[in-house]
Amino acid sequence: MEILDKLAVLADAAKYDASCASSGAPKRKAAADGLGSTTGAGICHAYTPDGRCVSLLKILLTNYCLFDCAYCINRRSSNVPRARFTVDEVVALTLGFYKRNMIEGLFLSSGIVRSADHTMEQLMRVAKTLRREHGFAGYIHLKTIPEASPWLIEQAGLWADRLSINLELPTAAGLSRLAPEKSDTTIREAMGHMHARITEARAERRRFSPAGQSTQVIVGADAATDTDILTASDGLYRRFKLNRVYYSAFSPIDHASGLLPPKPPPLAREHRLYQADWLLRHYAFSVDEIASTSADNMLDLDIDPKLAWALKNRGAFPIDVNTAPKEMLLRVPGLGARAVDKIVAARRHTTLRAADVARLTVSFRRAAPFLITLDHRPGALTDRADLRARVAPPKQLSLL
Amino acid sequence: MGVTPVTLGEGADLDGFRRAVRRLIAEARPPDAVVWQTDGTPSLFDGNRGEAGADAPPISLPRAAADLIRLVVCHRDPERYALLYACVWRLLHGEGALLDIASDPLVARLALMEKSVRRDLHKMHAFLRFRRVTDDEDERYVAWFEPEHDILEETADFFVDRFRRMTWSILTPTGSLHWDRETLTVGPPGEKSALPATGAVEAGWSTYYASTFNPARANPSAMLREMPKKYWANMPETNLIPDLLRAAGSRVETLMSNAPAPSRKKDPAKAVARMREDHVRTLADLNAVIAAAEPFVTGGTRAVLGEGPLKPSLAFVGEQPGDQEDVQGRPFVGPAGQILARAMAEAGIDRDACYLTNAVKHFKFEPRGKRRLHKSPTAGEVRHYRWWLDKELDLVAPKLIVALGATAVQALTGKALPIIKTRGPFDFNGRAGFVTVHPSYLLRVPDEAAKREAYAAFVEDLAAAAALARNPTARSA
Repeated sequence: MEILDKLAVLADAAKYDASCASSGAPKRKAAADGLGSTTGAGICHAYTPDGRCVSLLKILLTNYCLFDCAYCINRRSSNVPRARFTVDEVVALTLGFYKRNMIEGLFLSSGIVRSADHTMEQLMRVAKTLRREHGFAGYIHLKTIPEASPWLIEQAGLWADRLSINLELPTAAGLSRLAPEKSDTTIREAMGHMHARITEARAERRRFSPAGQSTQVIVGADAATDTDILTASDGLYRRFKLNRVYYSAFSPIDHASGLLPPKPPPLAREHRLYQADWLLRHYAFSVDEIASTSADNMLDLDIDPKLAWALKNRGAFPIDVNTAPKEMLLRVPGLGARAVDKIVAARRHTTLRAADVARLTVSFRRAAPFLITLDHRPGALTDRADLRARVAPPKQLSLL
Repeated sequence: MGVTPVTLGEGADLDGFRRAVRRLIAEARPPDAVVWQTDGTPSLFDGNRGEAGADAPPISLPRAAADLIRLVVCHRDPERYALLYACVWRLLHGEGALLDIASDPLVARLALMEKSVRRDLHKMHAFLRFRRVTDDEDERYVAWFEPEHDILEETADFFVDRFRRMTWSILTPTGSLHWDRETLTVGPPGEKSALPATGAVEAGWSTYYASTFNPARANPSAMLREMPKKYWANMPETNLIPDLLRAAGSRVETLMSNAPAPSRKKDPAKAVARMREDHVRTLADLNAVIAAAEPFVTGGTRAVLGEGPLKPSLAFVGEQPGDQEDVQGRPFVGPAGQILARAMAEAGIDRDACYLTNAVKHFKFEPRGKRRLHKSPTAGEVRHYRWWLDKELDLVAPKLIVALGATAVQALTGKALPIIKTRGPFDFNGRAGFVTVHPSYLLRVPDEAAKREAYAAFVEDLAAAAALARNPTARSA
């Protein structure tokens, strides 16, 4: 098989993994005879017509797989064409694209072939070859195989910027139904080990997966509700200090399994989960608070979860921009974390008017019913029955 | 006082602006008494315009202001210098915290300009594409880019840091950058026609781009928000977009209408079960892995593997190989190893019948002149090696494990325990064990009498361990 044909098969097979980030690595520059750098923030080098960014060369080493996970196009009972890269082929592709400034680095995953260790060893060797033989200082993210031997994971952590283990389904029940060979316990144990290694390496200033670990959860393939999913994520953030949980709306795949629901979930569901996840990590919301705004434990698809919370908790508003504590400002719809930081810094020196706040956020219109400024009081607006209709964005037509 | 005209070079004339500001502040010229204009000379070639005021005293500004100025001078808005000078003036005249007040109209406007420049820089970092110049053995690359602002020089560090070992040129309509692996030079504007043709890598990239697109999620507006059409001309993959979008609908319909596929193969439960087992089944397998692995400690030159028969009555676990062990590639051959051998002989233990190994498989040291000074492994390093040790002891299967010193105990228990208190029989997570000191400790005891005493106690420990291995039930007695 020609390398281009392999690339077509193994990029197609990898596109369902939602992770694309190349951020979080320590800043690095290429050595004199080296290639590549990391800037701390990721760089999206292109966007595909599905609106997602291309930051890393995201491919599988192989899409042959021993497992038979219903949601996965690469499961062993699927009839997709199969291909396998050699270590050197992946290295050559990565360097070729990187030198033309098409990517930030590599995100390598793989179907499980022969054994977990054999597969993990190949993944690790790609990273090691890039670093050792080519002085490559760009970003490397490896998907780890939870069942692989610990020493291979230790080695992988020496070369990779980030390691990840996909949870895939938020509940043990969903996993045992759709991914019979995977084990919830094995996955969570592997995450726990990873967390211990990362924490320890940081304390001892050793290199081990410096950009932390992440995971992916598939949305809409099983019966798990949004509250189930957020509860699982919250647990992962707390217990294993994950850097990110990615949500991937299960997508129709060729040769789909009969176990999957016939229709994919609306993409808006994935979007709302990301917003809710953001509220958990950066806005000090609890899962219960977010769940309290949902019907049947599913997030409202029409409005974002922060607005939903504010509309249900109008008694807490309006708040005074010039005196309210930062935690409350963060709960105002339309005020992001950056706008709140600017407000807090500015009000030490001045008293803010409506026009001042409008200069700090792009969506003052949404914030206005919940805010008091020196020259603005929402009055009865906060309590109006049609407030939701007034602040909710107009419904967008489906693009398809 | 009349109006002072200040003429700066075209583009981002940061040096000219700095000099002018020093002079204007020294002369106490308020912002409304200055008119800023640019002449036709691009600032790229403006080494030293030699304006009066070059020797005016420097001004001390907050760090945030310096960053703001550096970026905003790149903006193509003709008002940029006047706005920046107004900001500097206010910072120096009673409004030192001005930049904290992001709601101030001037600060907000400058912030928008800065954001626009940052975005432009980001897009140049992202969307610039190098093409390989093929008529050359050397790795030489050329790129063409049309930035929105005058950011060419501001962007140089990024590309040098990233593509240091390549020779490259970046051409723009206002100037060019050239890197020869050692020095960076700024040159005149380039021509897009100087770009070499695309090659196999670009074709591969197009294949990748098309394959990584999921037709079930087509969302062109999200794509355009981040990748506006003005950038498309530089990117080889963008000419695929119309076709990808056109075909997306029918591709999804086909996917949805395809009947679920029945399983093609029988359930390979055996293969999966085998996968869950380790591929390391013998000590030789394990040793091959250890020998091939990268050291986790700094300094180790080669792995020193365990030595001795399988299923011995005693296995000894030390800390890590020392200088001699590293040179010879065998455990316990240095001074501490010799003491151990002597003590074993006195305790009636046949050294050849025992398995000898270390918790950490590589020599960790610090070079001190010609000497290599032993350095204790950290808890994390011990844990890295613990996996190997566990596996090794599973495969060797001794009747009893003798832990020599604190590091060995830590490797076997996962905990830091005081040796003197733990000394004696010990259970290592279900493995029969015995804790004693490391023989190198005996070398360090300062006075002779104490040394003899410590050595005698060590020999006694070894004899007790050997007895315990012979008769495990005697342990409680």
